[in-house]
Amino acid sequence: MPFVYSLLRQSLESMRDIAPVLLVVGFFQLVVIRQPLPEHVTLLDLGVGLLSVVLGLTLFVRGLQVGLFPVGENLAHAFARKGSAFWLLLFSFALGFGTTVAEPALIAVAGQAAIVMSEGGLIAPTEAAQDTFALQLRMVVALSVGSAVVLGVFRIIKGWPLHLIIIAGYALVLILTLFAPAQIIGIAYDCGGVTTSTITVPLVTALGVGLATAIRGRSPLLDGFGLIAFASVMPIIFVLIFGIVAY
Amino acid sequence: MELFNILRDTLLDLIPIVAVIFGFQYLVIRRPVPHLKRVLAGLVMVLLGLVLFLFGLERALFPIGSLMAEQLSAKAFLPALVEGAERHWTHYYWIYIFAFAIGASTTIAEPSLIAVSIKAGEISGGVINPFALRVAVAIGMAFGITLGAWRIVMGWPLQYFVIAAYLVVIVQTFRSPRNIIPLAYDSGGVTTSTITVPIIAALGLGLASSIPGRSPVMDGFGMIALACLFPIITVLAYGQIAEWRAKRSRAQSSSTTK
Repeated sequence: MPFVYSLLRQSLESMRDIAPVLLVVGFFQLVVIRQPLPEHVTLLDLGVGLLSVVLGLTLFVRGLQVGLFPVGENLAHAFARKGSAFWLLLFSFALGFGTTVAEPALIAVAGQAAIVMSEGGLIAPTEAAQDTFALQLRMVVALSVGSAVVLGVFRIIKGWPLHLIIIAGYALVLILTLFAPAQIIGIAYDCGGVTTSTITVPLVTALGVGLATAIRGRSPLLDGFGLIAFASVMPIIFVLIFGIVAY
Repeated sequence: MELFNILRDTLLDLIPIVAVIFGFQYLVIRRPVPHLKRVLAGLVMVLLGLVLFLFGLERALFPIGSLMAEQLSAKAFLPALVEGAERHWTHYYWIYIFAFAIGASTTIAEPSLIAVSIKAGEISGGVINPFALRVAVAIGMAFGITLGAWRIVMGWPLQYFVIAAYLVVIVQTFRSPRNIIPLAYDSGGVTTSTITVPIIAALGLGLASSIPGRSPVMDGFGMIALACLFPIITVLAYGQIAEWRAKRSRAQSSSTTK
């Protein structure tokens, strides 16, 4: 019974979370655009869609607290007890690489990017060349996220201040931007944003916070966060370097 | 069919993670997962929840959202031009308002941001208010997207905006309370996942294809980048404001006790 109760309360919160989107869409549809809905979207679609969004968000947030957060924290504690930095770093790389290489958002962006590259004349306008580029880009980004998580976890172990590393990363991005071909800059900047999916973010956050809690002398707030930040800057650097070296 | 595709995509997202976690758990750590049944139930809930969430978005929000982005940037919607006059960037005001409103509201509903804010509230012992954090990120996101839309209208290079935002972040970093910095840097990356990206992409594409001289493939990129940077600025600002208010109330209470 307490479980059902907590689900109900959670679904109320989900409704509150969705309400602003409804208000915005409703306002623009009814007040600004004032045109009938397109034929392929019926009121039934809207109702079903809304219901599944609320239900989905509710299940997701409960599932986080029951499944994903404990898994991440438990692993962090187990690695800290084991005391082997090698396995921890290997795990970090596998997690970063594995979650990124098959990420649907990245596959979509890589496909788009291949079209930009062939329109810009940097790769041949054939489908084979575009596919090769898209695959290379995905590999580069997955490698970058893998190394980002490794670097981020290493930072937590060492207790280095995050902002100095991130600012150094920004500086590197700025310098590389000067030398990179123009077509790749927009792609590179966007790759930083698409790598962190809805499942990766909670897990990586739980891992970082768990590690910072388990290692003596680290503060969860100061040292536990920051992994996502690395995973957003590193792909930009790697893709810019890839653009400079390859084109 | 649609539901099946979403399920496949989400599984593709989840399977490598589960494989890595359980692989290391059983091969390297060699200890069973505590509360295995509960954890598995949680993972199934995450999977089902995400699938339903995406299914609902694709059924209801995405078609309307992208259609609205198209309609708002269409010629028929803009103010009529005097013969031979050039279009001014202010004519697109509805686009900017829409970008801001949709950016802010979708960010509030972003599942990964909810996850991070729950965690931040938990470990800060209530010092960081999860909802306030989400509002701060949403405002940053809204600014980023609006600026991205304006950039496409103006046709200015993305680098200038990114460099300026970096500089603001660096200056702010040295003036913010230390506790908020890692969280702020993280909030840049978490905002752009399930719900915001498709709408932003539709907006960028709609704008770039309706404005003369912009190419959808070249100029459509870059909106996500700006949407990632501005939440860092607003979350740092949230930390600065919170610290300033705490200082002020401390100063007030100490002056009243004197």
